[in-house]
Amino acid sequence: MNEKKEPILRAENISITFGGLKALDRVSLEINPGEIMAIIGPNGAGKTTMLNIINGFYKPDEGRIIFEGKERPKKMKPNLIAAQGIARTFQNLALFTGMSTLGNIMVGRTMLMHSNIFSQALYWRFSQKEEIEHRAAVERIIDFLQIENIRRTPASMLPYGLRKRVELARALAAEPKLLLLDEPMAGMNLEEKEDIARFVLDANEELGYTIALIEHDMGVVMDICDRIVVLDFGEKIAEGTPDEIKADPKVIKAYLGEAGG
Amino acid sequence: MAFFFEVLINGLLVGIMYSLVALGFALIYKASDVFNMAQGAMSLLAGLALVGFLEMSFPLWLALLCTVGVMIILAYSTVFFILKPLVARPPLMLFMATFGVMYLVEGIGQSIYGTQAKGLSIGIPEISFEIQGILLNTFDLTFAGLAAVLVAGLVWFFQKTRTGRALRAVSDDHEAALSVGIPLLKAWAVTWVIAGIVATVAGVAWGTRLGVQFSLGYIAFKALPVLIIGGIDSIPGAIIAGLIVGAGENLAEVFIGPYVGGGIQTFFPYLIALLVLYFKPYGLFGKEIIERV
Repeated sequence: MNEKKEPILRAENISITFGGLKALDRVSLEINPGEIMAIIGPNGAGKTTMLNIINGFYKPDEGRIIFEGKERPKKMKPNLIAAQGIARTFQNLALFTGMSTLGNIMVGRTMLMHSNIFSQALYWRFSQKEEIEHRAAVERIIDFLQIENIRRTPASMLPYGLRKRVELARALAAEPKLLLLDEPMAGMNLEEKEDIARFVLDANEELGYTIALIEHDMGVVMDICDRIVVLDFGEKIAEGTPDEIKADPKVIKAYLGEAGG
Repeated sequence: MAFFFEVLINGLLVGIMYSLVALGFALIYKASDVFNMAQGAMSLLAGLALVGFLEMSFPLWLALLCTVGVMIILAYSTVFFILKPLVARPPLMLFMATFGVMYLVEGIGQSIYGTQAKGLSIGIPEISFEIQGILLNTFDLTFAGLAAVLVAGLVWFFQKTRTGRALRAVSDDHEAALSVGIPLLKAWAVTWVIAGIVATVAGVAWGTRLGVQFSLGYIAFKALPVLIIGGIDSIPGAIIAGLIVGAGENLAEVFIGPYVGGGIQTFFPYLIALLVLYFKPYGLFGKEIIERV
Protein backbone atom coordinates (compact mmCIF):
# COMPACT_ATOMS: atom_id res chain seq x y z
CA MET A 1 0.00 0.00 0.00
CA ASN A 2 2.80 2.39 0.81
CA GLU A 3 4.59 2.35 -2.52
CA LYS A 4 5.26 5.94 -3.56
CA LYS A 5 3.26 6.80 -6.66
CA GLU A 6 3.23 10.03 -8.59
CA PRO A 7 -0.01 11.82 -7.64
CA ILE A 8 -2.59 12.04 -10.44
CA LEU A 9 -3.34 15.62 -9.47
CA ARG A 10 -1.30 18.07 -7.48
CA ALA A 11 -2.60 21.49 -6.45
CA GLU A 12 0.19 23.79 -5.30
CA ASN A 13 -0.31 26.90 -3.20
CA ILE A 14 -3.77 27.65 -4.50
CA SER A 15 -5.17 31.04 -3.51
CA ILE A 16 -8.39 32.64 -4.65
CA THR A 17 -10.18 35.76 -3.47
CA PHE A 18 -13.82 36.67 -3.97
CA GLY A 19 -14.38 40.39 -3.47
CA GLY A 20 -11.96 40.76 -0.60
CA LEU A 21 -12.74 37.40 0.96
CA LYS A 22 -9.85 35.00 0.81
CA ALA A 23 -11.70 31.78 0.00
CA LEU A 24 -8.51 29.73 -0.28
CA ASP A 25 -5.12 30.72 1.06
CA ARG A 26 -2.10 28.86 -0.30
CA VAL A 27 -3.69 25.45 -0.11
CA SER A 28 -1.75 22.51 -1.49
CA LEU A 29 -3.07 19.03 -1.86
CA GLU A 30 -2.39 15.85 -3.75
CA ILE A 31 -4.66 13.17 -5.05
CA ASN A 32 -2.97 9.80 -5.52
CA PRO A 33 -4.08 7.30 -8.13
CA GLY A 34 -6.45 4.67 -6.83
CA GLU A 35 -7.35 6.34 -3.56
CA ILE A 36 -10.48 7.84 -2.09
CA MET A 37 -9.56 11.20 -0.70
CA ALA A 38 -11.90 13.40 1.31
CA ILE A 39 -11.85 17.13 1.73
CA ILE A 40 -13.61 18.02 4.94
CA GLY A 41 -14.09 21.15 6.98
CA PRO A 42 -16.76 23.36 8.54
CA ASN A 43 -19.15 25.36 6.35
CA GLY A 44 -17.43 28.08 4.35
CA ALA A 45 -14.04 26.41 4.63
CA GLY A 46 -13.52 26.51 0.87
CA LYS A 47 -14.14 22.86 0.02
CA THR A 48 -16.43 23.40 -2.97
CA THR A 49 -14.21 26.26 -4.12
CA MET A 50 -11.31 23.81 -4.22
CA LEU A 51 -13.37 21.37 -6.28
CA ASN A 52 -14.42 24.15 -8.63
CA ILE A 53 -10.76 25.03 -9.13
CA ILE A 54 -9.79 21.44 -9.79
CA ASN A 55 -12.47 21.06 -12.48
CA GLY A 56 -11.78 24.52 -13.89
CA PHE A 57 -14.94 26.48 -13.09
CA TYR A 58 -12.79 28.91 -11.08
CA LYS A 59 -9.33 30.09 -12.00
CA PRO A 60 -7.05 30.49 -8.98
CA ASP A 61 -5.39 33.87 -8.43
CA GLU A 62 -2.21 32.12 -7.49
CA GLY A 63 -0.86 28.62 -7.51
CA ARG A 64 -0.83 25.89 -10.09
CA ILE A 65 -2.50 22.62 -10.87
CA ILE A 66 -0.50 19.69 -12.14
CA PHE A 67 -2.59 16.94 -13.66
CA GLU A 68 -0.87 13.71 -14.69
CA GLY A 69 2.53 15.36 -14.44
CA LYS A 70 1.67 18.29 -16.70
CA GLU A 71 1.01 21.80 -15.49
CA ARG A 72 -2.41 23.04 -16.53
CA PRO A 73 -2.51 26.26 -18.55
CA LYS A 74 -3.91 29.16 -16.52
CA LYS A 75 -7.08 29.75 -18.52
CA MET A 76 -7.98 26.24 -19.56
CA LYS A 77 -11.72 25.91 -20.18
CA PRO A 78 -13.71 23.54 -17.95
CA ASN A 79 -14.95 21.50 -20.91
CA LEU A 80 -11.35 20.79 -21.94
CA ILE A 81 -10.50 19.79 -18.39
CA ALA A 82 -13.45 17.42 -18.45
CA ALA A 83 -12.12 16.04 -21.73
CA GLN A 84 -8.80 15.34 -19.97
CA GLY A 85 -10.66 12.99 -17.68
CA ILE A 86 -11.97 14.89 -14.68
CA ALA A 87 -15.66 14.30 -14.00
CA ARG A 88 -17.72 15.68 -11.15
CA THR A 89 -21.07 15.84 -9.43
CA PHE A 90 -22.60 18.90 -7.86
CA GLN A 91 -23.66 19.80 -4.35
CA ASN A 92 -26.95 21.20 -5.65
CA LEU A 93 -27.81 18.62 -8.27
CA ALA A 94 -27.23 19.61 -11.87
CA LEU A 95 -29.02 16.98 -13.89
CA PHE A 96 -30.40 17.63 -17.35
CA THR A 97 -33.99 17.68 -16.20
CA GLY A 98 -35.45 17.56 -19.69
CA MET A 99 -33.91 14.15 -20.32
CA SER A 100 -34.45 10.64 -19.04
CA THR A 101 -31.99 8.81 -16.81
CA LEU A 102 -30.64 7.13 -19.91
CA GLY A 103 -30.22 10.44 -21.74
CA ASN A 104 -28.37 11.97 -18.82
CA ILE A 105 -25.94 9.09 -18.59
CA MET A 106 -25.42 9.03 -22.37
CA VAL A 107 -24.49 12.72 -22.25
CA GLY A 108 -21.86 11.74 -19.69
CA ARG A 109 -20.15 9.76 -22.44
CA THR A 110 -20.00 12.69 -24.84
CA MET A 111 -16.24 12.93 -24.57
CA LEU A 112 -15.72 9.26 -25.33
CA MET A 113 -17.61 9.37 -28.62
CA HIS A 114 -15.81 10.51 -31.70
CA SER A 115 -17.91 10.34 -34.84
CA ASN A 116 -18.37 13.75 -36.44
CA ILE A 117 -21.59 15.65 -36.83
CA PHE A 118 -22.16 14.74 -40.50
CA SER A 119 -21.65 11.08 -39.81
CA GLN A 120 -24.10 11.34 -36.90
CA ALA A 121 -26.67 13.27 -38.89
CA LEU A 122 -26.62 10.62 -41.60
CA TYR A 123 -26.29 7.83 -39.04
CA TRP A 124 -23.51 6.15 -40.97
CA ARG A 125 -22.41 2.74 -39.89
CA PHE A 126 -19.61 4.00 -37.71
CA SER A 127 -21.92 6.34 -35.79
CA GLN A 128 -24.53 3.65 -35.46
CA LYS A 129 -22.01 1.16 -34.11
CA GLU A 130 -20.58 3.76 -31.75
CA GLU A 131 -24.04 4.64 -30.47
CA ILE A 132 -24.80 0.98 -29.75
CA GLU A 133 -21.46 0.34 -28.03
CA HIS A 134 -21.88 3.30 -25.74
CA ARG A 135 -25.45 2.39 -25.03
CA ALA A 136 -24.15 -1.00 -23.83
CA ALA A 137 -21.60 0.70 -21.58
CA VAL A 138 -24.35 2.87 -20.14
CA GLU A 139 -26.38 -0.26 -19.40
CA ARG A 140 -23.45 -1.61 -17.37
CA ILE A 141 -23.38 1.60 -15.31
CA ILE A 142 -27.14 1.46 -14.82
CA ASP A 143 -26.68 -2.10 -13.66
CA PHE A 144 -23.82 -1.15 -11.34
CA LEU A 145 -25.83 1.60 -9.64
CA GLN A 146 -29.05 -0.45 -9.62
CA ILE A 147 -31.21 2.10 -11.38
CA GLU A 148 -32.64 -0.25 -13.99
CA ASN A 149 -36.24 0.58 -13.12
CA ILE A 150 -35.88 4.32 -13.72
CA ARG A 151 -34.09 4.02 -17.06
CA ARG A 152 -36.76 5.89 -19.00
CA THR A 153 -38.00 8.20 -16.25
CA PRO A 154 -37.45 11.90 -16.93
CA ALA A 155 -34.92 13.28 -14.46
CA SER A 156 -37.41 15.92 -13.35
CA MET A 157 -39.72 13.20 -12.02
CA LEU A 158 -37.11 11.44 -9.87
CA PRO A 159 -36.95 11.77 -6.10
CA TYR A 160 -33.91 13.51 -4.64
CA GLY A 161 -31.95 10.44 -3.62
CA LEU A 162 -32.22 8.87 -7.06
CA ARG A 163 -31.27 12.13 -8.76
CA LYS A 164 -28.03 12.07 -6.81
CA ARG A 165 -27.46 8.52 -7.97
CA VAL A 166 -28.14 9.41 -11.62
CA GLU A 167 -25.68 12.27 -11.31
CA LEU A 168 -23.08 9.82 -10.02
CA ALA A 169 -23.92 7.57 -12.96
CA ARG A 170 -23.40 10.44 -15.39
CA ALA A 171 -19.98 11.18 -13.90
CA LEU A 172 -19.00 7.50 -13.95
CA ALA A 173 -20.12 7.23 -17.56
CA ALA A 174 -17.26 9.49 -18.60
CA GLU A 175 -14.83 6.83 -17.27
CA PRO A 176 -12.85 9.62 -15.64
CA LYS A 177 -9.27 9.43 -14.42
CA LEU A 178 -10.36 11.53 -11.48
CA LEU A 179 -13.87 11.64 -10.07
CA LEU A 180 -14.91 14.60 -7.94
CA LEU A 181 -17.98 14.21 -5.74
CA ASP A 182 -19.39 17.26 -4.02
CA GLU A 183 -21.39 16.04 -1.04
CA PRO A 184 -22.74 12.88 -2.68
CA MET A 185 -24.73 12.03 0.43
CA ALA A 186 -26.07 15.43 1.44
CA GLY A 187 -29.70 15.39 2.48
CA MET A 188 -30.03 11.60 2.43
CA ASN A 189 -31.36 9.27 5.02
CA LEU A 190 -29.20 6.60 6.60
CA GLU A 191 -30.18 3.87 4.18
CA GLU A 192 -29.56 6.03 1.10
CA LYS A 193 -26.22 7.11 2.54
CA GLU A 194 -25.16 3.52 3.01
CA ASP A 195 -26.13 2.77 -0.58
CA ILE A 196 -24.07 5.64 -1.96
CA ALA A 197 -21.13 4.81 0.32
CA ARG A 198 -21.17 1.28 -1.03
CA PHE A 199 -21.31 2.51 -4.65
CA VAL A 200 -18.41 4.88 -4.04
CA LEU A 201 -16.38 2.08 -2.46
CA ASP A 202 -17.22 -0.31 -5.29
CA ALA A 203 -16.34 2.31 -7.91
CA ASN A 204 -12.99 2.64 -6.22
CA GLU A 205 -12.22 -1.00 -5.46
CA GLU A 206 -13.89 -2.86 -8.31
CA LEU A 207 -13.69 -0.33 -11.11
CA GLY A 208 -10.46 1.30 -9.96
CA TYR A 209 -11.58 4.92 -9.99
CA THR A 210 -9.64 7.62 -8.19
CA ILE A 211 -12.08 9.67 -6.16
CA ALA A 212 -11.94 12.97 -4.30
CA LEU A 213 -15.04 13.81 -2.33
CA ILE A 214 -16.48 16.39 -0.02
CA GLU A 215 -18.70 15.08 2.73
CA HIS A 216 -20.06 16.27 6.04
CA ASP A 217 -20.96 12.91 7.51
CA MET A 218 -17.81 12.09 9.48
CA GLY A 219 -18.84 8.52 10.07
CA VAL A 220 -18.95 7.83 6.34
CA VAL A 221 -15.75 9.76 5.65
CA MET A 222 -13.79 7.88 8.30
CA ASP A 223 -15.16 4.57 7.03
CA ILE A 224 -14.52 4.82 3.32
CA CYS A 225 -11.64 7.26 2.78
CA ASP A 226 -7.95 6.47 2.56
CA ARG A 227 -6.80 10.00 3.24
CA ILE A 228 -8.35 13.22 4.48
CA VAL A 229 -7.51 16.88 3.94
CA VAL A 230 -9.06 19.32 6.41
CA LEU A 231 -9.78 22.92 5.42
CA ASP A 232 -10.82 25.71 7.76
CA PHE A 233 -11.39 29.33 6.71
CA GLY A 234 -9.60 28.73 3.43
CA GLU A 235 -6.50 27.18 4.95
CA LYS A 236 -5.36 23.62 5.14
CA ILE A 237 -5.09 22.73 8.80
CA ALA A 238 -4.47 19.01 8.63
CA GLU A 239 -3.89 16.08 6.34
CA GLY A 240 -3.61 12.38 7.01
CA THR A 241 -5.30 9.03 7.45
CA PRO A 242 -8.68 8.92 9.19
CA ASP A 243 -7.06 7.85 12.46
CA GLU A 244 -4.56 10.68 12.38
CA ILE A 245 -7.28 13.19 11.62
CA LYS A 246 -9.49 11.92 14.44
CA ALA A 247 -6.70 12.53 16.90
CA ASP A 248 -5.54 15.89 15.53
CA PRO A 249 -6.17 18.64 18.09
CA LYS A 250 -6.41 21.34 15.38
CA VAL A 251 -9.21 19.46 13.68
CA ILE A 252 -11.06 18.92 16.91
CA LYS A 253 -10.72 22.60 17.65
CA ALA A 254 -12.01 23.61 14.20
CA TYR A 255 -15.06 21.40 14.57
CA LEU A 256 -15.89 21.83 18.21
CA GLY A 257 -14.44 25.22 19.03
CA GLU A 258 -12.03 25.80 21.84
CA ALA A 259 -13.20 24.93 25.31
CA GLY A 260 -12.59 27.61 27.87
CA GLY A 261 -10.96 30.05 25.39
CA MET B 1 -68.32 20.27 -45.31
CA ALA B 2 -65.76 20.01 -48.11
CA PHE B 3 -65.37 23.77 -47.96
CA PHE B 4 -64.65 23.65 -44.22
CA PHE B 5 -61.92 21.09 -44.79
CA GLU B 6 -60.47 23.10 -47.64
CA VAL B 7 -60.18 26.14 -45.38
CA LEU B 8 -58.79 24.00 -42.57
CA ILE B 9 -56.21 22.22 -44.72
CA ASN B 10 -55.03 25.36 -46.44
CA GLY B 11 -54.74 26.98 -43.02
CA LEU B 12 -52.66 24.07 -41.76
CA LEU B 13 -50.40 24.29 -44.81
CA VAL B 14 -49.70 27.94 -44.07
CA GLY B 15 -49.36 27.02 -40.42
CA ILE B 16 -46.46 24.71 -41.21
CA MET B 17 -44.62 27.73 -42.57
CA TYR B 18 -45.28 29.58 -39.31
CA SER B 19 -44.03 26.55 -37.42
CA LEU B 20 -40.76 26.70 -39.32
CA VAL B 21 -40.15 30.32 -38.39
CA ALA B 22 -41.13 29.72 -34.77
CA LEU B 23 -38.91 26.64 -34.67
CA GLY B 24 -35.86 28.78 -35.44
CA PHE B 25 -36.68 31.03 -32.49
CA ALA B 26 -37.32 28.13 -30.12
CA LEU B 27 -34.08 26.33 -31.01
CA ILE B 28 -31.92 29.34 -30.23
CA TYR B 29 -33.91 30.34 -27.17
CA LYS B 30 -33.57 26.89 -25.69
CA ALA B 31 -29.86 26.64 -26.29
CA SER B 32 -28.69 30.09 -25.36
CA ASP B 33 -31.60 31.87 -23.62
CA VAL B 34 -31.56 34.48 -26.35
CA PHE B 35 -34.66 35.69 -28.09
CA ASN B 36 -33.18 36.07 -31.53
CA MET B 37 -34.71 39.09 -33.24
CA ALA B 38 -32.61 38.34 -36.32
CA GLN B 39 -34.46 35.11 -37.10
CA GLY B 40 -36.61 36.81 -39.75
CA ALA B 41 -33.58 38.57 -41.20
CA MET B 42 -31.85 35.20 -41.43
CA SER B 43 -34.71 33.91 -43.60
CA LEU B 44 -34.42 37.04 -45.71
CA LEU B 45 -30.67 36.62 -46.12
CA ALA B 46 -31.15 32.99 -47.11
CA GLY B 47 -33.71 34.01 -49.73
CA LEU B 48 -31.48 36.78 -51.06
CA ALA B 49 -28.42 34.57 -51.16
CA LEU B 50 -30.30 31.82 -52.98
CA VAL B 51 -31.63 34.25 -55.56
CA GLY B 52 -28.13 35.68 -55.90
CA PHE B 53 -26.51 32.30 -56.47
CA LEU B 54 -29.23 31.30 -58.93
CA GLU B 55 -28.68 34.56 -60.84
CA MET B 56 -25.02 33.62 -61.09
CA SER B 57 -26.48 30.60 -62.92
CA PHE B 58 -25.43 28.08 -60.31
CA PRO B 59 -27.39 24.84 -60.54
CA LEU B 60 -30.09 24.62 -57.87
CA TRP B 61 -28.31 22.08 -55.65
CA LEU B 62 -25.09 24.11 -55.63
CA ALA B 63 -26.99 27.33 -54.96
CA LEU B 64 -28.74 25.70 -52.00
CA LEU B 65 -25.45 24.35 -50.70
CA CYS B 66 -23.83 27.78 -50.98
CA THR B 67 -26.81 29.35 -49.22
CA VAL B 68 -26.40 26.94 -46.34
CA GLY B 69 -22.71 27.88 -46.39
CA VAL B 70 -23.68 31.54 -45.98
CA MET B 71 -25.90 30.61 -43.02
CA ILE B 72 -23.06 28.67 -41.41
CA ILE B 73 -20.74 31.68 -41.74
CA LEU B 74 -23.46 33.91 -40.29
CA ALA B 75 -24.05 31.51 -37.39
CA TYR B 76 -20.40 31.20 -36.42
CA SER B 77 -19.68 34.91 -36.74
CA THR B 78 -22.76 35.81 -34.68
CA VAL B 79 -21.79 33.42 -31.91
CA PHE B 80 -18.08 34.19 -31.79
CA PHE B 81 -18.08 37.93 -32.49
CA ILE B 82 -21.34 39.00 -30.90
CA LEU B 83 -22.52 36.49 -28.30
CA LYS B 84 -19.15 35.38 -26.96
CA PRO B 85 -18.16 38.79 -25.55
CA LEU B 86 -21.62 39.03 -23.97
CA VAL B 87 -21.67 35.67 -22.21
CA ALA B 88 -23.12 35.91 -18.70
CA ARG B 89 -24.50 39.41 -19.28
CA PRO B 90 -28.20 40.12 -18.66
CA PRO B 91 -30.50 38.57 -21.29
CA LEU B 92 -31.66 42.02 -22.37
CA MET B 93 -28.18 42.83 -23.67
CA LEU B 94 -28.11 39.69 -25.77
CA PHE B 95 -31.59 40.50 -27.01
CA MET B 96 -30.49 43.98 -28.07
CA ALA B 97 -27.41 42.49 -29.71
CA THR B 98 -29.63 40.31 -31.88
CA PHE B 99 -31.48 43.48 -32.89
CA GLY B 100 -28.10 44.71 -34.09
CA VAL B 101 -27.56 41.49 -35.99
CA MET B 102 -30.97 41.94 -37.61
CA TYR B 103 -30.14 45.42 -38.95
CA LEU B 104 -26.64 44.34 -39.91
CA VAL B 105 -27.91 41.37 -41.89
CA GLU B 106 -30.62 43.46 -43.58
CA GLY B 107 -28.12 46.19 -44.39
CA ILE B 108 -25.54 43.83 -45.79
CA GLY B 109 -28.23 42.05 -47.80
CA GLN B 110 -29.42 45.37 -49.17
CA SER B 111 -25.96 46.57 -50.16
CA ILE B 112 -25.12 43.35 -51.96
CA TYR B 113 -28.43 42.53 -53.61
CA GLY B 114 -30.22 45.88 -53.85
CA THR B 115 -33.67 46.70 -52.54
CA GLN B 116 -35.89 45.40 -55.31
CA ALA B 117 -38.23 42.50 -54.73
CA LYS B 118 -37.00 39.45 -56.57
CA GLY B 119 -38.87 36.47 -57.84
CA LEU B 120 -37.65 33.12 -56.64
CA SER B 121 -38.50 29.86 -58.30
CA ILE B 122 -36.91 26.58 -57.44
CA GLY B 123 -38.86 24.58 -59.94
CA ILE B 124 -41.64 23.19 -57.77
CA PRO B 125 -44.74 23.37 -59.95
CA GLU B 126 -47.78 25.19 -58.65
CA ILE B 127 -50.65 23.15 -59.95
CA SER B 128 -54.02 23.29 -58.29
CA PHE B 129 -56.10 20.17 -58.11
CA GLU B 130 -59.14 18.87 -56.34
CA ILE B 131 -59.60 15.84 -54.10
CA GLN B 132 -63.15 15.18 -52.93
CA GLY B 133 -64.08 18.77 -53.55
CA ILE B 134 -61.08 20.12 -51.61
CA LEU B 135 -58.89 22.47 -53.63
CA LEU B 136 -55.16 22.00 -53.02
CA ASN B 137 -51.98 22.95 -54.81
CA THR B 138 -48.79 21.02 -55.36
CA PHE B 139 -46.46 23.76 -54.17
CA ASP B 140 -48.05 24.01 -50.73
CA LEU B 141 -48.13 20.25 -50.37
CA THR B 142 -44.51 19.84 -51.43
CA PHE B 143 -43.33 22.41 -48.92
CA ALA B 144 -45.49 20.99 -46.19
CA GLY B 145 -43.87 17.63 -46.91
CA LEU B 146 -40.39 19.15 -46.87
CA ALA B 147 -41.08 20.94 -43.60
CA ALA B 148 -42.42 17.73 -42.06
CA VAL B 149 -39.29 15.83 -43.13
CA LEU B 150 -37.08 18.60 -41.73
CA VAL B 151 -38.89 18.62 -38.41
CA ALA B 152 -38.87 14.83 -38.12
CA GLY B 153 -35.17 14.84 -38.97
CA LEU B 154 -34.45 17.43 -36.29
CA VAL B 155 -36.43 15.55 -33.66
CA TRP B 156 -34.51 12.39 -34.50
CA PHE B 157 -31.19 14.22 -34.49
CA PHE B 158 -31.84 15.75 -31.07
CA GLN B 159 -32.96 12.43 -29.58
CA LYS B 160 -30.59 9.94 -31.08
CA THR B 161 -27.22 11.46 -31.77
CA ARG B 162 -24.41 12.52 -29.50
CA THR B 163 -24.37 16.09 -30.78
CA GLY B 164 -28.14 16.35 -30.48
CA ARG B 165 -28.02 15.17 -26.88
CA ALA B 166 -25.14 17.54 -26.16
CA LEU B 167 -27.19 20.45 -27.52
CA ARG B 168 -30.13 19.49 -25.35
CA ALA B 169 -27.80 19.20 -22.38
CA VAL B 170 -26.52 22.72 -22.99
CA SER B 171 -30.05 24.04 -23.14
CA ASP B 172 -30.82 22.36 -19.81
CA ASP B 173 -27.84 23.34 -17.67
CA HIS B 174 -24.75 25.22 -18.85
CA GLU B 175 -22.51 24.31 -15.91
CA ALA B 176 -23.36 20.65 -15.95
CA ALA B 177 -22.82 20.57 -19.71
CA LEU B 178 -19.36 22.07 -19.27
CA SER B 179 -18.58 19.56 -16.54
CA VAL B 180 -19.16 16.65 -18.90
CA GLY B 181 -16.94 18.29 -21.50
CA ILE B 182 -19.36 19.98 -23.88
CA PRO B 183 -17.92 23.20 -25.34
CA LEU B 184 -20.59 25.83 -24.81
CA LEU B 185 -19.79 28.21 -27.66
CA LYS B 186 -19.41 25.42 -30.17
CA ALA B 187 -22.78 24.02 -29.10
CA TRP B 188 -24.33 27.45 -29.54
CA ALA B 189 -22.77 27.80 -32.97
CA VAL B 190 -24.16 24.42 -34.04
CA THR B 191 -27.60 25.46 -32.76
CA TRP B 192 -27.39 28.70 -34.74
CA VAL B 193 -26.41 26.73 -37.82
CA ILE B 194 -29.45 24.48 -37.38
CA ALA B 195 -31.64 27.55 -36.85
CA GLY B 196 -30.04 28.99 -40.00
CA ILE B 197 -30.97 25.90 -41.99
CA VAL B 198 -34.53 26.10 -40.68
CA ALA B 199 -34.54 29.80 -41.61
CA THR B 200 -33.34 28.88 -45.08
CA VAL B 201 -36.23 26.49 -45.65
CA ALA B 202 -38.67 29.09 -44.30
CA GLY B 203 -37.05 31.83 -46.40
CA VAL B 204 -37.26 29.78 -49.56
CA ALA B 205 -40.86 28.81 -48.89
CA TRP B 206 -42.01 32.34 -48.12
CA GLY B 207 -39.75 33.86 -50.77
CA THR B 208 -41.26 31.71 -53.47
CA ARG B 209 -44.75 32.73 -52.37
CA LEU B 210 -44.30 36.41 -51.74
CA GLY B 211 -41.12 37.20 -53.67
CA VAL B 212 -37.83 37.81 -51.92
CA GLN B 213 -38.21 41.29 -50.50
CA PHE B 214 -37.36 43.10 -47.33
CA SER B 215 -40.75 42.61 -45.76
CA LEU B 216 -39.75 38.93 -45.62
CA GLY B 217 -37.81 39.82 -42.48
CA TYR B 218 -41.12 40.59 -40.82
CA ILE B 219 -42.55 37.08 -41.09
CA ALA B 220 -40.80 36.88 -37.74
CA PHE B 221 -43.74 38.79 -36.29
CA LYS B 222 -46.07 36.09 -37.52
CA ALA B 223 -44.09 33.76 -35.32
CA LEU B 224 -44.55 35.78 -32.13
CA PRO B 225 -48.09 34.58 -31.32
CA VAL B 226 -46.96 31.09 -32.30
CA LEU B 227 -44.18 31.25 -29.72
CA ILE B 228 -46.48 32.58 -27.04
CA ILE B 229 -49.03 29.85 -27.68
CA GLY B 230 -46.55 27.00 -27.92
CA GLY B 231 -44.21 28.16 -25.19
CA ILE B 232 -41.04 29.89 -26.24
CA ASP B 233 -38.70 27.09 -25.21
CA SER B 234 -40.65 24.19 -26.65
CA ILE B 235 -39.89 22.65 -30.02
CA PRO B 236 -43.08 20.55 -30.26
CA GLY B 237 -44.89 23.65 -29.00
CA ALA B 238 -43.59 25.73 -31.90
CA ILE B 239 -44.75 23.14 -34.40
CA ILE B 240 -48.19 22.52 -32.95
CA ALA B 241 -48.86 26.19 -32.25
CA GLY B 242 -47.85 27.07 -35.80
CA LEU B 243 -50.51 24.68 -37.05
CA ILE B 244 -53.07 26.07 -34.58
CA VAL B 245 -52.37 29.62 -35.70
CA GLY B 246 -52.44 28.78 -39.41
CA ALA B 247 -55.67 26.83 -39.17
CA GLY B 248 -57.21 29.22 -36.65
CA GLU B 249 -56.63 32.40 -38.59
CA ASN B 250 -57.85 30.89 -41.84
CA LEU B 251 -61.01 29.47 -40.27
CA ALA B 252 -61.67 32.72 -38.41
CA GLU B 253 -61.23 34.78 -41.54
CA VAL B 254 -63.62 32.66 -43.56
CA PHE B 255 -66.27 31.83 -40.97
CA ILE B 256 -66.19 34.70 -38.47
CA GLY B 257 -64.76 37.40 -40.75
CA PRO B 258 -67.95 38.13 -42.70
CA TYR B 259 -69.84 39.00 -39.50
CA VAL B 260 -67.31 41.59 -38.35
CA GLY B 261 -66.34 43.01 -41.71
CA GLY B 262 -63.34 40.77 -42.46
CA GLY B 263 -59.63 41.34 -42.09
CA ILE B 264 -59.41 39.56 -38.76
CA GLN B 265 -56.70 37.23 -40.05
CA THR B 266 -53.96 39.65 -39.01
CA PHE B 267 -54.92 39.94 -35.37
CA PHE B 268 -56.69 36.67 -34.70
CA PRO B 269 -53.42 34.84 -33.81
CA TYR B 270 -52.68 37.49 -31.19
CA LEU B 271 -56.15 36.99 -29.79
CA ILE B 272 -55.46 33.27 -29.33
CA ALA B 273 -52.09 34.16 -27.84
CA LEU B 274 -53.72 36.47 -25.29
CA LEU B 275 -56.16 33.75 -24.30
CA VAL B 276 -53.36 31.26 -23.87
CA LEU B 277 -51.35 33.75 -21.80
CA TYR B 278 -54.36 34.18 -19.56
CA PHE B 279 -54.68 30.48 -18.78
CA LYS B 280 -51.17 29.17 -19.37
CA PRO B 281 -48.59 31.92 -19.03
CA TYR B 282 -45.74 29.66 -20.13
CA GLY B 283 -47.59 28.51 -23.25
CA LEU B 284 -49.18 25.16 -23.96
CA PHE B 285 -45.89 23.26 -23.91
CA GLY B 286 -43.49 25.69 -22.27
CA LYS B 287 -41.39 24.82 -19.25
CA GLU B 288 -43.01 26.27 -16.17
CA ILE B 289 -40.52 28.09 -14.06
CA ILE B 290 -41.37 27.55 -10.45
CA GLU B 291 -39.19 29.33 -7.97
CA ARG B 292 -39.16 28.66 -4.29
CA VAL B 293 -39.46 31.71 -2.15
